Amino acid sequence: MLPYIQVGPATIQLPGLVVLVGVWLALELSARFAARLRVSGDQVVNMLLWALGIGVVAARLGYAARYLDAFIQSPLSLFSLNPQTLDPVWGLLGGLLTAWEYARRKGMPVRRTLDALAPGMLLFAFFLAVAHLLSGSAYGMPTKLPWGIELWGARRHPTQIYDALLTLAALVWIWRLGDHARGDGTLFLKAVAALAAIRLFVEGFRGDSATIGGGIRVAQVVALVVLLVVWWLYPRWRGEEPSAGGARRRNSQRRMS
Amino acid sequence: MEQKQKHWLWLVAILLLGGGWIWLTRAPQSLQTGPPPAPKEGFSAPDFTLQTLHGDTVSLHDLKGKVVLVNFWATTCHPCQAEMPALERVYSQSKGQGFVVLAITAEPSVQSIRDFAQHYGITFPILLDRGAKVSREYRVYGTPTSFFIDRRGIIRWVVFGGPMSEALIRSKVETLLKEKP
Repeated sequence: MLPYIQVGPATIQLPGLVVLVGVWLALELSARFAARLRVSGDQVVNMLLWALGIGVVAARLGYAARYLDAFIQSPLSLFSLNPQTLDPVWGLLGGLLTAWEYARRKGMPVRRTLDALAPGMLLFAFFLAVAHLLSGSAYGMPTKLPWGIELWGARRHPTQIYDALLTLAALVWIWRLGDHARGDGTLFLKAVAALAAIRLFVEGFRGDSATIGGGIRVAQVVALVVLLVVWWLYPRWRGEEPSAGGARRRNSQRRMS
Repeated sequence: MEQKQKHWLWLVAILLLGGGWIWLTRAPQSLQTGPPPAPKEGFSAPDFTLQTLHGDTVSLHDLKGKVVLVNFWATTCHPCQAEMPALERVYSQSKGQGFVVLAITAEPSVQSIRDFAQHYGITFPILLDRGAKVSREYRVYGTPTSFFIDRRGIIRWVVFGGPMSEALIRSKVETLLKEKP
């Protein structure tokens, strides 16, 4: 665990920094991958930046709506930099709606754009796992295994490392599949399925799972539902006509440009 | 194999493997009962006993049943200075409902602390962490660092850095005060 580094008089929160780096690199990767699918990289980046910005605003307003009295007594708190006063559900909704509207106005092809986002999504998930490791969040159950890590008073499964390694493997897989992506959204579905499968697997070793009756872990149930939704969508998206001039390349040994 | 057959096989695999893994990795009873002490959300707040600026003794375990905000601070820390007025306002308004602020400092100069408390009109307990023992136990790497502790003694939120906005303090305290002991 390494939540801080001291640089002179300044104390830098490493997990937050790693998340920011993850966002930046995911944007870069999305832009580069978009070019392979003949989607404008600039438009993808702009769409994500707008979604991020409006998402943060929506998250703050959503939180403020829940605790109206607190914000009425202190209106300037609306502009504070505390991430603890952001509502993630509203943030996600705001971000998704913004992305949707942006893509609609720019005439961006929806499924090809989703495919373009697939590697960036996995890269961000990787950096999130690293941030969890640095902050000691998303920690594992106690274990006697030799690769356990000392954390929060016990030797625990290094679930953050499991997450990071599996997500990295998924990223490599999706990147390689990108050579043959049809731009029909199925690459995105595969990335979502990979994330859901990783969550389903790693959650089984977590020490902080929310549970329902009988110790069933909520996140695993949600992951299973996501996998079933992907299973249902996949043939429907694949069965549509392939995108004109898709991503098929003569040279299958394409390297990242 | 036909595409359709493959597709249905995938469903069987997802349900069997996924459902089976969920069943196999059900959270053990120990996970579902009380967590051990650790300075982390979801864990019991590590107990401590410290002296206040006025010479009284305060123990965290005596405050079970109340909502406690443990705030680590220093007189020379600008974000600490910025958030003190908000802390004092929320404390003044909510102390009658069972809210306590414990402001812990490892500063050696008692006079500096007294001057600071007077300047900001602080009425909540200021605890002297001589030798920074409690700060180390709570893994405080920088100030301010704040721990919101519920009535059962469980840490619900940890805020690294600051200043905390008044709305942040109020909303978290309001949430915890509404919960039954």
